[in-house]
Amino acid sequence: MKKSKLFFLIPYVLWLSLFVIAPIILITINAFKGEDGFTLKNFQQFFVNGTFLKMTLNSFWYAFLITLITLLISYPIAYILSQMKNQQFWLLLIILPTWINLLLKAYAFIGIFSKHGLLNNFLKLFGIAPANILFTDFAFIFVAAYIEIPFMILPIYNAICDINPAVIQAAYDLGASKWQTFIKVLWPLSKSGVESGIQAVFIPSLSLFMLTRLIGGNRVITLGTAIEEYFMTTMNWSMGSTIGVVLIVLMVIVMLFTSSDHHKKKEIKL
Amino acid sequence: MKKLLIGIAAILLVCLGLEVGAKKLNDNGISSNNKNLIIYNWGDYIDPKLIKKFEKQTGYHVIYETFDSNEAMYTKIKQGGTAYDICVPSDYMISKMRKANLLDEIDTKKIPNYKNIGSEFLHHSFDPKNTYSVPYFWGTLGIVYNDKFVKSGQIKHWNDLWSKDYRHNILLVDSARDIMGLSLASMGKSLNTTNTLDLKLAKTKLDGLGPNVKAIISDELKMYMIQNEAAVGVTWSGEARTMLNDNKHLHYVVPPEGSNLWFDNFVIPRTVKNKAGAYAFINFMLDPKNAAQNAEYIGYATPNVKAQKLLPKEIRNDKQFYPSEQAMKNLEVYRDLGPKKIQEYNDLFLEFKMYGR
Repeated sequence: MKKSKLFFLIPYVLWLSLFVIAPIILITINAFKGEDGFTLKNFQQFFVNGTFLKMTLNSFWYAFLITLITLLISYPIAYILSQMKNQQFWLLLIILPTWINLLLKAYAFIGIFSKHGLLNNFLKLFGIAPANILFTDFAFIFVAAYIEIPFMILPIYNAICDINPAVIQAAYDLGASKWQTFIKVLWPLSKSGVESGIQAVFIPSLSLFMLTRLIGGNRVITLGTAIEEYFMTTMNWSMGSTIGVVLIVLMVIVMLFTSSDHHKKKEIKL
Repeated sequence: MKKLLIGIAAILLVCLGLEVGAKKLNDNGISSNNKNLIIYNWGDYIDPKLIKKFEKQTGYHVIYETFDSNEAMYTKIKQGGTAYDICVPSDYMISKMRKANLLDEIDTKKIPNYKNIGSEFLHHSFDPKNTYSVPYFWGTLGIVYNDKFVKSGQIKHWNDLWSKDYRHNILLVDSARDIMGLSLASMGKSLNTTNTLDLKLAKTKLDGLGPNVKAIISDELKMYMIQNEAAVGVTWSGEARTMLNDNKHLHYVVPPEGSNLWFDNFVIPRTVKNKAGAYAFINFMLDPKNAAQNAEYIGYATPNVKAQKLLPKEIRNDKQFYPSEQAMKNLEVYRDLGPKKIQEYNDLFLEFKMYGR
């Protein structure tokens, strides 16, 4: 009995050690490797050199904006969705874009945003074309938000669906206004979904390097851009790894922050 | 304890499996018989008809593989397990590969057509005696502009890019050496400057160009220039050639105060398995007729003087792509400045990308 259990564990353990733990160890070793053995020089450079700090702030700022916008759009949609009749059908429509390759979507947006693209042709009707849309902050954040929205809607939708409708009914019966019901009942009960949504959006947004290049035209610079440069152009793998390690640490911090009130949620459920 | 042992045993087993698999893969790659010739070149960088012709003439079977950046090619060859007979890196990469001991010497006596190459294309700093490389194509760095938005003759020098007329209308190629280089050239400095102060000044000057820059991109630049997305682009002559073919409004200018002269050369990697075939192929490609056919197909400038004479007049006399001797004098080949200086170039370029908006 015990042996068979162990047997099923083997692929899982192997997967984890080969593709999760080993790479993290390798990247950490690389980050501390200098010309002659162990060194902290790379980290010193990262934190003393203003460029990297500015880049980190940049990454955070854009990831924050992307997350905020996706949240503002996704929460109402998730709520409305949970009240709809053909939920499965609408849900499918929201998930559908995730089946299309990311690169393909990015290139489609290049076509829409470019100087003679769809959007500028539309603006022409109002006489404000050609506007510069491609390669702007707006374009970058718009496309990033578009891509991340399904990952925000799904967990929030699941959390809202888990709420017993009787609880909301009770709030109304006891005289709460719509706003009060939202603030005191709906929001706290769906918070776990919001938290996992934020994690699913914020963390990948920190290093969206392909979009910064294709849609942002390298006018938006995040840590992903720097990592690509250090690994591919200058082949300074140890500095690239250092940035990677800092990014991993930042992500862990974000994880800890967004999942800090797990027990609170349980209290409310009681 | 038992669990641990089983776990360790499993990991060892997998490692063994991977090792055996890797060996198998390697053997497959190397076990090529002597009739195979493996060429590793840039994508779409040879007239496919010539490969067929070569196969027919010599009986070799050509296996053609492609790469899209010097760095990717370098990493692949350095990691081993490849058996390329011929490879076509750019100038600075040749000197890097040479220093890393990845190249085999080339005996030019075994290549009769070697004499067709013009002397101005030989003996450059990346390979002073051409012991390791034979020129394939060459070109320059310059400015492409669209006469729909820019009057012809309005852009002649690097400094013209700083004009307020081109707000948010310039596309730059994403390459630290080239963009820092254009700034250095505009100040009358060498493109191989190693003086930190000069580099910082060049970067400060570049920051002033920031508001004019629409995007810093790589391969897509071609597409955008053809689609009239921007008025001005900074790119290499080879790319410009393709753009000019697809959009009649585009023109290419090499600023006379100085620019980059680049080479893509044949080399024979250390891993060569069919050296006789490699010599035969290089000789075949240097044949004036074949070289001319290839140059017409690719559109890049050929260093083969005899082939140049065979090209149609309008190509041969095109000053945009075959600059006069006078203009050639101010062109500089990039030297390999060593990892530290290259890092400095790239760091400054990254700073420009961040702050120069």
